[in-house]
Amino acid sequence: MRIALFITCVNDTLYPDTGRAVVRLLERLGHEVVFPEAQTCCGQMHYNTGYRRDAQRLAIRFVTAFAGTGADAVLAPSASCAAMIRDNHPRLAEEGSRLARAAAELAPRVYDLSELLVDVLEVTDVGAYFPHTVTYHPTCHGLRLLRLGDRPYRLLREVRGLELKELPGAEECCGFGGTFAVKNPDVSAAMGTDKARGIASTGAEVVCAVDNSCLMHIGGTLRRERAGVKTVHLAEILASTEQEPARV
Amino acid sequence: MSGTFIGMPAFPAAARRAVQDAQLRHNLRKATHTIRGKRGEAVGELDDWAELREAGRAIKDRTLRHLDRYLEQLEERATAAGATVHWAADAEEANAIVTRLVRATGEREVVKVKSMATQEIGLNEALARAGVTAYETDLAELIVQLSDDFPSHILVPAIHRNRAEIREIFVRRMAEWGVPAPEGLGDDPRELAEAARVHLREKFLTAKVAVSGANFAVAETGSLVVLESEGNGRMCLTLPETLISVVGIEKLVPTWADLEVFMQLLPRSSTGERMNPYSSVWTGATPGDGPQDVHLVLLDNGRTDTLADRVGRQALRCIRCSACLNICPVYERSGGHAYGSVYPGPIGAVLTPQLRGVQGPAEASLPYASSLCGACYEVCPVAIDIPEILVHLRERVASGPGHAAERAAMSAAEAVLGDHRLLNMAQRAASAARGAVPRRLPGPGAGWTDTRDIPDIPPRPFRDWWREHEKERARGDGPGAAGGRADREGGER
Repeated sequence: MRIALFITCVNDTLYPDTGRAVVRLLERLGHEVVFPEAQTCCGQMHYNTGYRRDAQRLAIRFVTAFAGTGADAVLAPSASCAAMIRDNHPRLAEEGSRLARAAAELAPRVYDLSELLVDVLEVTDVGAYFPHTVTYHPTCHGLRLLRLGDRPYRLLREVRGLELKELPGAEECCGFGGTFAVKNPDVSAAMGTDKARGIASTGAEVVCAVDNSCLMHIGGTLRRERAGVKTVHLAEILASTEQEPARV
Repeated sequence: MSGTFIGMPAFPAAARRAVQDAQLRHNLRKATHTIRGKRGEAVGELDDWAELREAGRAIKDRTLRHLDRYLEQLEERATAAGATVHWAADAEEANAIVTRLVRATGEREVVKVKSMATQEIGLNEALARAGVTAYETDLAELIVQLSDDFPSHILVPAIHRNRAEIREIFVRRMAEWGVPAPEGLGDDPRELAEAARVHLREKFLTAKVAVSGANFAVAETGSLVVLESEGNGRMCLTLPETLISVVGIEKLVPTWADLEVFMQLLPRSSTGERMNPYSSVWTGATPGDGPQDVHLVLLDNGRTDTLADRVGRQALRCIRCSACLNICPVYERSGGHAYGSVYPGPIGAVLTPQLRGVQGPAEASLPYASSLCGACYEVCPVAIDIPEILVHLRERVASGPGHAAERAAMSAAEAVLGDHRLLNMAQRAASAARGAVPRRLPGPGAGWTDTRDIPDIPPRPFRDWWREHEKERARGDGPGAAGGRADREGGER
């Protein structure tokens, strides 16, 4: 299958390892990955902060970059970006506009990593090896907008060597919320601290999620508190094999 | 809206105080998690909850679409049944009407059934200015009133108080308001409830005038409905001679068949019960039974303007169950007072700025008082997409004065993000400076670094690696050649 990668601006700039892991994983599974160079950002930050016009321009940019890639699917390895494209790009478009047509055409083919693997590629055992204890934080937009359900867990359960620990209060927001983290830093930090405590209480070495922006907040809190728990995107766990294990 | 909470700081500052109050955090966490759990069980046992929720949404939307017609029907039927209907465009008008009605009775005291609408308009304060004392009879409202406090929750206004604090308030203040607290009062909930019961009984038996709100108004018969748990409402609604009810115009349901849906949705969402203990319904005045002088004050106070907004109008579906407060991780940590309004929590963050406007700093801060986690939308029994309204209101705030600097920064960010070449240049600049990033950032960035580390900037962005990967792939080095190393290029998050 030909899969267009929408890396997302956060992953591109701060978490290239996640992108490399996605490419490695999909190529290992025998798929072709394409990366439209003109891609930048889905506009989520602008949209959620109230800058609709800016978000609209970025949405147009996105659909332009991804139209005509000939890809069967578009992968956004960030649940909130995938949700932004699927739910909000059509909302951002004026009725009958070029954006409306392009967004309507593209949106149904945009997937988060766990959806792409489980629903489209119909695989849960990707041949991964990750000999660590892991707890999974279901990020809010993955949980409530994409409704990922048990997909990430099904993928993690098939990983050899991996021991999955249940996270208490898993469905509670970590407190990131994009610009919320700086506009309401005290509440955001209090939520982050509670999430970090829940993670630490599992005794897991690694906390995993499908969104690096939430992991940036959780990881920043864990590091400041010297909790000793690492944050790793699901892609990096699934890309890890016995021959080439991920370094944690 | 009333001036009750005006003078409160904007949300972030008010929330900071709450976050630092360990006792408050403990009280809130315990209380919200308890109600949250009860609601989960009560909702979980119905296999048609999704259909009920959709029916509730649809009924409210249909009613709001034809609100003019249903309001006139309500007025006509209630009048025919012996009630007097008054129309109030805003808080001032509503307060003037109620004050005039109370004064006409010659009474100086009224008993009150817990009511959000009368809190919204600041009725107690308005009555006090006219020399009339209003006695709150709901247990939690009594606690709030006795302690000169503000409510911090729609359903449980004294959620921020624990029983030791409540005992202290009763002992210290009850005597000023009527029957004093008994000697040697302990903080056992049963004892506290008994003290309140004795204190309130005197009011029920002497009051000639009662003021209430209503959970619902049924247009087809002109009836009003109050759901409650303590029986204080039933006392107020039946014993006095005069009953004045202040009801928001969005409280309408067209028919009794429609009401049936909400009788299931509200208790389960609100107190987590299958059914609330007391449901009182009255239709005008019934000769020889209950209040004979019955008034209905229909309150607009910003609702018509809210109805005009295509995105924001769904907030008018709200049945004040407070499920969104109990599930909200922000409310749990900030407490209700931080929202500076009688409507706290997620629903308050979308209602208050719409009813009052976003000109004031407190109102303008409310749409940002959310991480957009979406838990509120998920539990809302009438499917109000609160995150959608929040974003919509942020747009309204951001286009106003006071956001020029942010607007410029967002515009600059869009310019860079809007062109992959510029983005790549910025990424490379960041990577080049990766060793020089301070641990603590100045300005708004301090909001992040005060409590969190910032991630390490990787030596190169993904797109630079991709170019190399593509070249290697084209040379036939096999898939994943450049990505073959599983080593992390980036640092710690």
